Amino acid sequence: MTLLRHTPKGEIKPRENLVVNPAKTCQPIGAMYAALGIHGCLPHSHGSQGCCSYHRSTLTRHYKDPVMASTSSFTEGTAVFGGQSNLLAAFETIFDVYDPAVIAVHTTCLSETIGDDIPQITKKAIDDGKVPEGKVVFHANTPSYVGTHITGYANMVEGMVKYLTKSTGTKGEHAAVIPGWVEPADMRELKRIVTALGVEHVLFPDTDGVFDAPMTGKHVFYPKGGAKIEDIARAGDAKVSFALGPIATRAASEKLTALHGVEGEVLDLPIGLSATDRFVDAIRKAYGIEVAEEITNERGKLVDLITDMEQYLWGKKVAIFGDPDQLIALTEFLQTLGMQVRHVVTGTEGNFITKRLTEINPEANVKVGGDMFLLHQWMKNEPVDLLIGNTYGKYMARDEDVPFLRFGFPILDRQGHQHFPTVGYMGGIRLVEKILELLMDRIDRDAEEPRFELQM
Amino acid sequence: MIEHRPDAETAKKELVAKYPSKVGKKRGNQIQINHVAEDGTVPMVLANSRTAPGIISQRGCTYAGCKGVVLGPTRDIVNITHGPIGCGFYSWLTRRNMTDAGADGENYMMYCFSTDMHEQEIVFGGEKKLEAAIQEAYDIFQPKAISIFSTCPVGLIGDDVHAVARRMKEKLGINVFGFSCEGYKGVSQSAGHHIANNQLFRHIVGLDDEIRGSKKFRVNLLGEYNIGGDAFVIEDLLKRCGFELVATFSGNSTYGQFANSQTADLNMVMCHRSINYVAEMMEKKYGIPWIKVNFVGAGASAKSLRKMAAYFEDKELMERTEAVIAEEMVKVEASRKRHAARCEGKTAMIFVGGSRAHHYQELFTELGMKTVAAGYEFAHRDDYEGRDVLPTIKVDADSRNIEEIHVEKDEAKYRNDLSARKAELEAKGYTFADYKGMMPEMDSGSLVIDDINSWETEKLIEMWKPDVFCAGIKEKYVIQKMGVACKQLHNYDVGGPYNGFAGAINFYKDIDMRVNSPVWHLTKAPWQTVEEDVAVAEPVPA
Repeated sequence: MTLLRHTPKGEIKPRENLVVNPAKTCQPIGAMYAALGIHGCLPHSHGSQGCCSYHRSTLTRHYKDPVMASTSSFTEGTAVFGGQSNLLAAFETIFDVYDPAVIAVHTTCLSETIGDDIPQITKKAIDDGKVPEGKVVFHANTPSYVGTHITGYANMVEGMVKYLTKSTGTKGEHAAVIPGWVEPADMRELKRIVTALGVEHVLFPDTDGVFDAPMTGKHVFYPKGGAKIEDIARAGDAKVSFALGPIATRAASEKLTALHGVEGEVLDLPIGLSATDRFVDAIRKAYGIEVAEEITNERGKLVDLITDMEQYLWGKKVAIFGDPDQLIALTEFLQTLGMQVRHVVTGTEGNFITKRLTEINPEANVKVGGDMFLLHQWMKNEPVDLLIGNTYGKYMARDEDVPFLRFGFPILDRQGHQHFPTVGYMGGIRLVEKILELLMDRIDRDAEEPRFELQM
Repeated sequence: MIEHRPDAETAKKELVAKYPSKVGKKRGNQIQINHVAEDGTVPMVLANSRTAPGIISQRGCTYAGCKGVVLGPTRDIVNITHGPIGCGFYSWLTRRNMTDAGADGENYMMYCFSTDMHEQEIVFGGEKKLEAAIQEAYDIFQPKAISIFSTCPVGLIGDDVHAVARRMKEKLGINVFGFSCEGYKGVSQSAGHHIANNQLFRHIVGLDDEIRGSKKFRVNLLGEYNIGGDAFVIEDLLKRCGFELVATFSGNSTYGQFANSQTADLNMVMCHRSINYVAEMMEKKYGIPWIKVNFVGAGASAKSLRKMAAYFEDKELMERTEAVIAEEMVKVEASRKRHAARCEGKTAMIFVGGSRAHHYQELFTELGMKTVAAGYEFAHRDDYEGRDVLPTIKVDADSRNIEEIHVEKDEAKYRNDLSARKAELEAKGYTFADYKGMMPEMDSGSLVIDDINSWETEKLIEMWKPDVFCAGIKEKYVIQKMGVACKQLHNYDVGGPYNGFAGAINFYKDIDMRVNSPVWHLTKAPWQTVEEDVAVAEPVPA
């Protein structure tokens, strides 16, 4: 019995207007995620309360941890008269009740369609004394009808650079590291790698310690993690910035260059061997350092694992969907593993994404601005050995009886992504381990008696 | 031993003191200390009122109430969200509505359809794109019905989704209808329920008059959404007792069931908040009386079944119903005794939904647990205080914006036999269209809080240290970080079903697991001292 039983095999009818099973969601949730990577920050959703509720629910299901954010709770009257009075009232209530160090306001399709001017309203709030001394309010425009959740992340991170970074006039030796939308574990791993390389740095946003908080018997409203506002400020004096994932971080990197003259390197997300090589090498060159043995060893272990297990990976066909920075790095890594990437879909549009994905996967079906319905049709027409994507892929995986690697956002049915990284060489090892488990479990499940192997 | 019973008056004062004065004044009217007077009246609770901006509320929006709650569980309608991609994405399979379409039946519930509006449509209008999207959906899926759900910007830019629906209905020859359920309407999901009810009634109910199945004992179940398989349990019970279930609004339902629902002899309302409108409209137009039922709790399930059987005054039906109840209660009692022995005397708080916060108290009572505080996320005063207060509820600007359909008697289809039966039964003391609300069934002195927020949730837990706090996904991990078990009553923590007798047994077991789990004692490492204010699941004195 198939689940997605109305998805036809064979002819793929053109669809220009109807999205079916999206491989993306909207901007504000990305802004909320990014803002929670600032210590002591309360994200504020300027729109209907449903937006905030949906974003908090989705992030909570992904992490099984508290996700706190407030809303302007628009009503029909607000939609007619504008959201100024709601936002002013919200500031007052938020500072009284939740006492954040920072409020990061993001907009929604509703407030953008109305045309609310957040800087003007914020200025009025400050003038009216609704923002207590020492507290910070900043914003990002995140209209839901433009781009995707990745755009929202990018816009909020750019907002951090715009509002929160400062230059003292004296350049430091430290680096600014701006990660794309990756997991708390990945942010932690990036800090470990850069530290191991001996480079002092600030990383923002930083969700390490935010969505993976320990159970202590107390709810810490502002968890210990998150980039501190004074650390983000120091990015303005950085010697160089490393922006990881061009779609999610290029805007922030360019803003940092424009505002404070910080030289910026925009790199792929360091997922897999080659992308991590480029990341480590960029730091090596910028700082003229020798790469620490610890890191080179980790690289060697990853190469070792691939050579040891190549026979199980080589030639296997893969379908993959998700976010563009992840897809660029991950499909490159899958090629490194000798796997054949056959179908690639991301919901986020952009010529740069198309160019990179088709360069890396010249033989594959690539759709930028596509949806999972299309991917599923491709899979029916040309079956694969492995599907990689967020939890919504499980329906296709079951229907087509394909092993399924959960990777990306959101993951609503498994845990671990907040604890174990997939970036860097050690993250590469984890990805290979996961892929091997899936493929080899399948071999064990399907092997006929004479061919059932003890050693593999 | 920590004293777990703070004074409710002091608690209320402390909760309210935190807010800016205007917000605090309003919250003061939304937080009440229950007092059941001798005549059964209870204090007035301010409900269905706006959430103050900035408050971290449990509430969602009108779109969520319409598309997610009421229409979400119906499997064979292609539900297209008209708007930017987010709303469709977030409401995609997130409510655990189960359905059984059989091996090859039509089932679109696992799909998400959206017009994915871009800036161009916001500027130049989205009607053309919507129309084309409906055509594309039809070309690929050929469904019997397509519906359109409006998101916030749709109302603002003035897209007329109903006009598009009419055009496409005519063009395609299938039923196409729209919902003006923009997120900013109303103050919570509740407005969305009402809008959904209106359009179901206007566009589907009454389209098919053919009597299928048994001609006797035909009933509809209203306000049951088959979370975790709840509706499956009730379907099984009703079948065994001998009732013919025509339609459920809307758990495990089909378009065809709605279209045929006016052929029932009785409407049973489960979630009063979300569906009473359909019950009222069906009675006015078709003369079908409605009764309030509740299948949460073994006792309540038995009572509801008996009341249904009594309506039909059929000896055989009543006997079969009694036999089913007797058979089920044997299993229930065995389980209840085992788990109540481990749960008795413990305390619960329930802050969820528009009827669950009331009905789940039954299950806790059966376990010997006390509900010390409760409240709804999106209910109205009648859900707290009972329908007797309906004439006294002030209609504010937010409610006035939600359409009230004017319904007239359908002379051809009106069931005079049923209205006569109603009058006869009423004379004998049988009650129709009656819901007493949550508060008369709660102890005096317990706290009742409408639209609770994160600050109040944390304070209540600190002050009362309940053994279990029932809420939703956004609250779940805040509560558990505090060392208190949370039972989700929206998605049941991927458990359930909790309806009927079989559901009660599941619930007893799950609550026992939650409140008696050894993990709550492991919050501190051996080298950490246990602080006084750390809540651990130690037995609470009765």
